[in-house]
This record gives sequence, structure tokens and C-alpha cells, in this order.
Amino acid sequence: MPRLLFEKKGNAVWISHLDLMRLFQRAFKRAGLPLTHTQGFNPRPSVSIALPLSVGVESRCELLDFDLYGEKPSNEEILTRLNAALVEGVKVLAVYDEAAKIKHLALLECVVALEYDGGIPEGAVEQIEALFNRAEVTVEKKSKNGVKEENIIPMLRRLAVIPADGSTLELRALVCCQNPTLNPMQLNAAIFKYLPNLAPDFARCRRVEVFDTNETIFR
Amino acid sequence: MTELKQRILPTVQKPARYTGGEWGEIKKDLKDVRLRVAFCFPDTYEIGMSNVGMRILYGVMNKMDGVWCERVFAPWGDMEEAMRENGLPLWALESQDPVKDFDMIAFTIGYEMAYSNILNMLDLAGVPLHSRDRHDLKNIVFAGGVCAFNPEPLADFIDFFSLGEGEESTVEIVSLYDRAKAEGWTKETFLQEVSKIPGVYVPSFYRHEYNEDGTLAAIVPLNGAPETVTKRIIENLDTAFFPTEMIVPSTEIVHDRANLEVFRGCIRGCRFCQAGFSCRPVRKKSPEVLYQQAVEIMEKSGNNEITLSSLSTSDYRGLKKLTDELIPYCADNKINLSVPSLRADNFSRELMEKLQTVRKSGLTFAPEAGTQRLRDVINKNLTEDEILNTCANAFSGGWNNVKLYFMLGLPTETDEDVLGIADLVYKVIKTWKEHAVNKKRGLRVHVATAYFVPKPHTPFQWEKQITPQEYLRRCRLLKEHFYSKSIEYDYHGPDLSRLEAVFARGDRRLGPVIEAAVRNGAKLDGWDEYFNYAKWYDAFRECGVDEDFYTVRGYGEEEILPWDTIDVGVTKKFLKLERKRAYEEKVTPDCRHGCAGCGASGLLKEVACDA
Repeated sequence: MPRLLFEKKGNAVWISHLDLMRLFQRAFKRAGLPLTHTQGFNPRPSVSIALPLSVGVESRCELLDFDLYGEKPSNEEILTRLNAALVEGVKVLAVYDEAAKIKHLALLECVVALEYDGGIPEGAVEQIEALFNRAEVTVEKKSKNGVKEENIIPMLRRLAVIPADGSTLELRALVCCQNPTLNPMQLNAAIFKYLPNLAPDFARCRRVEVFDTNETIFR
Repeated sequence: MTELKQRILPTVQKPARYTGGEWGEIKKDLKDVRLRVAFCFPDTYEIGMSNVGMRILYGVMNKMDGVWCERVFAPWGDMEEAMRENGLPLWALESQDPVKDFDMIAFTIGYEMAYSNILNMLDLAGVPLHSRDRHDLKNIVFAGGVCAFNPEPLADFIDFFSLGEGEESTVEIVSLYDRAKAEGWTKETFLQEVSKIPGVYVPSFYRHEYNEDGTLAAIVPLNGAPETVTKRIIENLDTAFFPTEMIVPSTEIVHDRANLEVFRGCIRGCRFCQAGFSCRPVRKKSPEVLYQQAVEIMEKSGNNEITLSSLSTSDYRGLKKLTDELIPYCADNKINLSVPSLRADNFSRELMEKLQTVRKSGLTFAPEAGTQRLRDVINKNLTEDEILNTCANAFSGGWNNVKLYFMLGLPTETDEDVLGIADLVYKVIKTWKEHAVNKKRGLRVHVATAYFVPKPHTPFQWEKQITPQEYLRRCRLLKEHFYSKSIEYDYHGPDLSRLEAVFARGDRRLGPVIEAAVRNGAKLDGWDEYFNYAKWYDAFRECGVDEDFYTVRGYGEEEILPWDTIDVGVTKKFLKLERKRAYEEKVTPDCRHGCAGCGASGLLKEVACDA
């Protein structure tokens, strides 16, 4: 199945995962690119997105698999036609056929931006670095089976704390994104729990790149 | 640093409904824009974006040079709270600019329970609620939609109403405003001039006087205003504006599909139905134009579902021709074609089977009443045989899911009629047992009863609404007679329909009640999560207004009615005659079997009524 790499930013970050699937299905249709349909009682157009993206999170490394019915136009043409049929904020960056197996997708590079309206507090960088250097940092994780405490450190490969400007601190992290998965916003939750004095006024997240276990870019 | 609105969005449910940016949204460069219209739908995004009327008028206004029309919806409670807490005024989706910056503020009102939202939205926008407190031409507030056919409860708040179909009149109104703005007219001058456009009703140009018993004594036109204002209609639907470039929401809405209106008006004359009378006369759209528009809209929107809509789609003469062409197109393109509002009596097995090749949808009937006698009273020309035959057809075609809708509290209804509903439901079950091809899956009969609300411009506009206690007694009586496990019976509490009845036939004395209720926190009354009759109860008491005056009292035939100023084309004489026939249990044949002389054809100048 061919795959496409796309970005999601601006107001499009508020579109949920399920809505985004529907949005792509319609965009393919508008672009005159008929998708094949799944078999079964309720046939659905075959598009699947590798890693569901939380509402509000920006990304430039989203992957979507699709399958076209009939003769497939060139990848450049698919890219051009799809982009002409997509909403502002969702943009296809590449279309290709040699797609890696999704099960090898393992790591995500992301940035959690912590905004301090009164400026970055004194000593914040050091304290946050120290926090994530601990052997155990537990935060609440909500799942189908209720809420449980989870140690996030084993899922955190690397983390750097970098002041982006006078009031924004960026946590640049490499985290596990499949089996198990660390939602990057849990890093913010950890700060709220362990360093309440450094709780930011607002935090937002963006995905930067995805990798396999060897830290090779995943496509 | 992230701006305020972007910080609020992650904290609310379904943030995509507040950001705009959907496919097909119309954006304009402000330097080319002379006039900005904030087009408000007084309910949430999911409901409003499903409204065809709004989509049409959005297209109509944006097609005008120098005019930019943007959409505004009522925020859900969590967003409203955040907006109030942070002093963020209501904004329009396209530009994200505050509504109070707009020249004109338009509302489309299809449901009485949206009245609280209108006031709440004006309040969130920071625009004065009362017409008299808005002194300038800027922020003029006007409204249309079916509720404008009795606009009186909103008379204090809306500067003027646009009655009937707006494809043409909206252009006339907006063009006049364009001129008024350029020439610096006062609001008074504009209202005076706009009232000359046919179909425009300016409530402040009428004084309502009351008798001691609370009934209307007189409606006095002021400033030379006409005695009555006649609604507008489009005569030729083939050439009327229809938006084939639709906005495709990025988040799921209630009717997430393309919608094609096949004709307007209704030949049926069910005596309780407001749309059936107020949307007359019947005007057709040709199957050729419809097919072309269907293909265009599907290609441009990428939707996977299209619905053919009208008040009674089986009565559309071109239905066979249109579906013969559309069904193959839809099948080829994996599009689901849905045809709701098919009548039981001519819901042909053929069409059912053809639609099934695309996807099987549910089977729904609205017999409205349980006995033939009462169906004759309400002129619902649907017999038990027709219902059972259609069910038999459907069951042998594999359907095993039926929905049946009824009303309780119809004029002349007795317990025998109520129990007639149970009888009919059992006959449906029996029919299933005899005809079902696959009994393993079982049958589901979903029965729902609604509390009858008498509506203006219908033969039942004078009728009493039964008391809430009596309504509940009838619901329980019916429930006691449902034994089968196949039956799922739903009935709503009476409060919402009671309130709907008050406002449907309300007068100007209800303005303060709406305002008080909104002050008490009434909003989103169409939603179970928010509707709270206590807020309204307190408002009625605060204002010294008795709900019963508008509901269980009933209106006298000689009484001046609050909506007497509004002419929808059907004469009062005809409505009285139809009411008399109802009490005589006489049906009136549908318009195709002979014109009953309702008067609506008098609205037509170029074409004849297509009944």
C-alpha cells in the first residue's frame, strides 16, 4: 500500500483523529482519487493513519496508508491533487510506495512548549532536567480499565530542556510511541505533579519526527 | 506566546466547531468588503451546519459583490463558560472577528426552543438585546425561518423579519443596507425603507392592544405600514440559486451529507402540520437540474452520502426519473443515497429494493394517530392497510426494524384512539411474523409519541393543547398496553412541548419572559443536557404570564391572533373550513386529486401551482 507523509498545523490541529480520517476520505474523493473499500457489511474507504494524534497537537511527521482503485497516478500527481483538495493546515509532504512496516515504528521526537506568562522561573531548566533524570517519575494514566500510576522514565529515551524565548521553555524529547506509548503531554503532567512551582500557564505539544528502534527516520 | 482563544480550545469539547477553516468556507479580503453579515444559527455547530436554508443563504450573500457573510453558532456550555470567564466576545468562524464588529446580524430560526439561544448569543456578542437599545444602523438584527411566521415573541429583540424563502429577498435587503451604509442613513430611515421590500415585517411598526381578558383587541399599523405582510416565495426552483459548492465540516455534524431539495410545498394537507400549509404552493424542480446539481455537489464536496429532501418526497413527480439516474451514479461512486419522507402508500417495493443495493436504511412511518377515525380528523391520508402492506413488503425484503411515530393530544382524541396505537403496533408485529424472511434477528418496533403542539397557520391553530397531566396519563395508558419485547416505547416529558406551544402561538408579552429565562440561565433548550423548565417556570412567574393562556385555553375563531399580520398565502377562511371538516371527521383529498382552494396559488405570478 502506498503511504503519504503529511503535516497538521494551524487550526487543523483541532480536528480529531476520526474526523481527520473522514476528512482524508473526502479529500481523496474531491481529488478524483477513488479509494478501495474494505470488505464487509459496512465497507469503508481504506485509509489508515499510523499514530493517532491528540487534538491540539501539531505535527510534521504524520503517516497515512491508502489504497487506490484502478490505475494509480504518479506519486507527484497524487500529492498535487490531494493538496489542492485539502483544508488549510493539512498538507501532504510526500507520497511514496516503499513503505516501512508500521510495527517497526518505535520512537517519536517531540517538543513540549511550556509557556510562563511571567517569564521562565529561576532555576527551571536545572530542576526539570533533574526531574527527568530520576529513575522513577509516575503520573496518572487513564485507560479503559480506569486510572493507574505509570512510571514514564523507561519510555523516555532523551530529554533536553531549552529556553526558546524569555517566556517559553521547550522540552525536546525522544519518547516511545508504540508498545508502550508515552503521550508527550505526560511530561507536562509530571511537572505539575513533582514541580508545582514550575507548572506553566499553558503547554502545547508538537511532533517533529518518527524513528524505528535504531533511531533511523521511519518512513 | 499562545493567544487566549488557542489556550481555551484544548479545554473544551469538540474544539473544531469553533475554528472554521473547513473545505468550502468562503473567505474574502476585507479591502474588497463593504458590508459584513454575521449569519447566526441559534444552536450548536452540529445542528446549524445541517441546515440547508442557512447553506443556501450563505451562498446567496457571499455571491454579492462587496458582501461577506460569515457563520456564527451557539457555543456549547463549556465554551460559553470559558468565554464569559475570559471576556471573549462571540466570534464569526471565517474571520474569527467579534460579531459586534459586523454591520448586519442575521438569524435563521426554525424552532421555538432556540429563542433563548438568540438572546444568549446577542449577549455573548456584547450586542444590546433590545431593538430599542440598538440605535445605529450598525448591528441591525434581522431574522427569518419558519418561526418568523409568528414573530411576535421576538418582537422586542429583532429589528425586522424576512418572511418566507430568502433567495431573492435577502439580496434586496442586503443591497438596501449597502446603500444605506454608503449614504449614512439612520436606523429609522433604513427600517422605513426596508419595510417596503415585499416580505419584510418590522414589528416596531405595529402596536398591539389587549382586552381585559388578555386577548388581542387590535393590531394597529404605524408609520403607514401595511395591514399584512405576505411571505416571499421562489417561483422557479430550476433557476434559483443553489449552492453546489458546499462547506464540508471537518468535524462530524448531525446530517453529515449533501442535501438536495427536490421540490417545495406539500400536497397533503395534514391538519396539524405547519410546514404543510405555510410552505405552499407546490413548486417543482426538474429531475435534470437535480441530477446535474447532485453530481456537481458530490464531486466538489467529496461526500459519501446524499439525501433527497422535501416534505413528502414520494409526491415528487420526477422521483422515478431522478432515482433511475442517481442510483447507478451513486452505486458507481460508492455514495449512499437516502430518500427520507417516503409515504407508506406509494413507497414502492421497487424503489425500496433499488435503494437497498446501495445500503439498507431504516423504515419509518408517521401514522400520527392510532385509529382511522382520528387519522381522518387530522387528514393524515394513510390507512392501516397501506401501513401493513408496506410493512409486509419491507419485512419480506429483509427489513426487521420499524419506527412508528404518533402524537398524543390531537383534537377529539379519546382513550380509544390512544389504544388504537397499541392495536396498530400489534398488527405490525403480526405482519412481521407472517412475512419476515429471517426471524432469527427478531423484530424491533420503535414507537414514539409526541405531545401535540397546535401551530399557527394550520387548521388546528385555534385548538387547545391538552394539559401536561392528561398527556402523561395517555402515555401511561398506552405503555400499559405494550407487552411485547419487540416494542421499544419512547415518550418525552411534557415540558418542552408545552413551552413550544406557548411560543408557537405567543404574543409580544412573552418577550420579557424569554429575557428573564435567559437571565436565569436558560439556553440550549433543545438539548436534554441543558433544558430546565424550572428556569422558564420562574420567568413566567416573574413576568406574571400564565402559560395556560397560550396552551390549554384554546383560541377563539373570532379572536385577533398575534400572527394575523403575517400572510403565508393560505387563507384564514380555508383554515376554518378545514377545521370544521376535521370535526366532521371528513378528509380533504390531496391537492393532486382536486384543488381545495387554500389560496396559496395566489402567490404565484409566473407559474401555476404544481400540486
